[in-house]
Amino acid sequence: MSAAAGALERAYRHERAAVLATVTRRLDGDLALAEDAVQDAFVAAAVDWDRRGAPERPGAWLTTTAWRKALDRLRHERVAAAHAPELAGREGTVSYDLDYDASSLDDDQLRMLFTCCHPALSAEARMALTLRSVAGLTVPEIARAFLSTESAMERRLGRARRKVTTAGIPFRTPPDDLLPERLAGVLRVVYLIYTEGHSATRGAAALRGDLCEEAIRLARLLVRLMPDESEVRGLLALLLLTDARRAARVDAAGALVALPEQDRTRWDAGRIEEGRGLIRGKPGPYLIQAAIAALHSEAPTWEATDWPQIAALYAELERRDASPVVTVNRAVAVGFAEGPAAGLAILDAVAGDERLARYQPLHAARAELLRTAGDVDAADAAYARAIALAGNAAEREALERRRAG
Amino acid sequence: MQYMLQMTYRPEDNTEEGTPEYEAEMRRWNALNEELKAAGHYIGASGLTLDATTVRKTADGDVTVTDGPYAETKEVLFSFYLLDVPDLDAAIAVAAKTPASEYGSVDIRPLVGFEPA
Repeated sequence: MSAAAGALERAYRHERAAVLATVTRRLDGDLALAEDAVQDAFVAAAVDWDRRGAPERPGAWLTTTAWRKALDRLRHERVAAAHAPELAGREGTVSYDLDYDASSLDDDQLRMLFTCCHPALSAEARMALTLRSVAGLTVPEIARAFLSTESAMERRLGRARRKVTTAGIPFRTPPDDLLPERLAGVLRVVYLIYTEGHSATRGAAALRGDLCEEAIRLARLLVRLMPDESEVRGLLALLLLTDARRAARVDAAGALVALPEQDRTRWDAGRIEEGRGLIRGKPGPYLIQAAIAALHSEAPTWEATDWPQIAALYAELERRDASPVVTVNRAVAVGFAEGPAAGLAILDAVAGDERLARYQPLHAARAELLRTAGDVDAADAAYARAIALAGNAAEREALERRRAG
Repeated sequence: MQYMLQMTYRPEDNTEEGTPEYEAEMRRWNALNEELKAAGHYIGASGLTLDATTVRKTADGDVTVTDGPYAETKEVLFSFYLLDVPDLDAAIAVAAKTPASEYGSVDIRPLVGFEPA
């Protein structure tokens, strides 16, 4: 590879998102136009850098070029008449560096994150747009990760960008009154990107595991951009502590291994240490979940886990944000801390809820608790129910192993 | 940016005219209208009756007039706002203040040709 081609590839990987964010802000949030202009700039770079060598500051070169390309595009559009006078004036003042300093880059990246995660976009669009415009993944990479085709992903991204522009989604970090709600939305998108990768089935595991790395990278970026938000740290801590177990989640044959049976020597000590170091400050849902994951990481075995503390943390989580997942997990923790009868009492209290009748983890947890309590027949029936509700073969096999064991 | 806020509800959920609840709701709509006018965001607004009439022209150029769509159980458009606000977040904030967001739903549609410069 020539020096220019190497520089171009590095710029695409590491500077594209920053260039896009800066140009988008200069275009008052017109993400669709900014994306086209940045693409134009990279095409121009491929020719120009090859001929004259890569510039000293590729990011600044690309930003200026993209800005000029955006103006060209505006002039060529019929609507240019409305924009042209103002933009022509601005073009005259464009300097080579065009706001290309580190502090505004960070602000622009944050604006881009909030724009890509705006609630007016669908959950799928938010994830795809964040991976493209903030994480800097290519369209083929995103398409593979979501088991989609390149053209379908291109359409989804195009539609999302168009909506940002035409619906008037502002390119900004939300004001204080909106910030808690919108930040929760951004954290949710990063968390969903992680779980997309984490819940990968066998065949696609290698491709989709990249999503876990991207989600962690995004969470790190958020911690750098918003160091005072404890929930941002909580999310990164949760992802690191969960990801520390990734190697132990799959056995030699490729089957999923549940937490109780995992080989704890295979957990990533570095990620655990980093994750635990982030747990401090005002507790919120992510920080509490991270604290639970940290307690698991400290335990030498499943049985020797600090169950009373975990049960208390799940109770706190349930008080803030009740969900079937949290209730079932609390019941399991209470079962270990206080005995199976106490855990079963929690499950029995929600068993009447029709939405939970088909919730597989509830029946699996009941089965485990019943067996510990010595009620073999009821345990077997609960296993059968859980197996019938299992979503895929790996889940079903894991449950059958538990039932037999 | 200019937006139309389209407010829909199920007619069966209608608050009956003349009741204290109806009066209270009207006071909220009026207060919101005054607030939007004072802020310079108001272009227009109106409630709509449900007695629609549908007009179509056939291929031969004949005009057909029929009784409009009316379904008791379906969500129907019953009111709209035309607003001039800075961005979608501002339009969402207005939509969230309408009584309609509580018993029906509010769709925000940008007007064509008023994209940000």
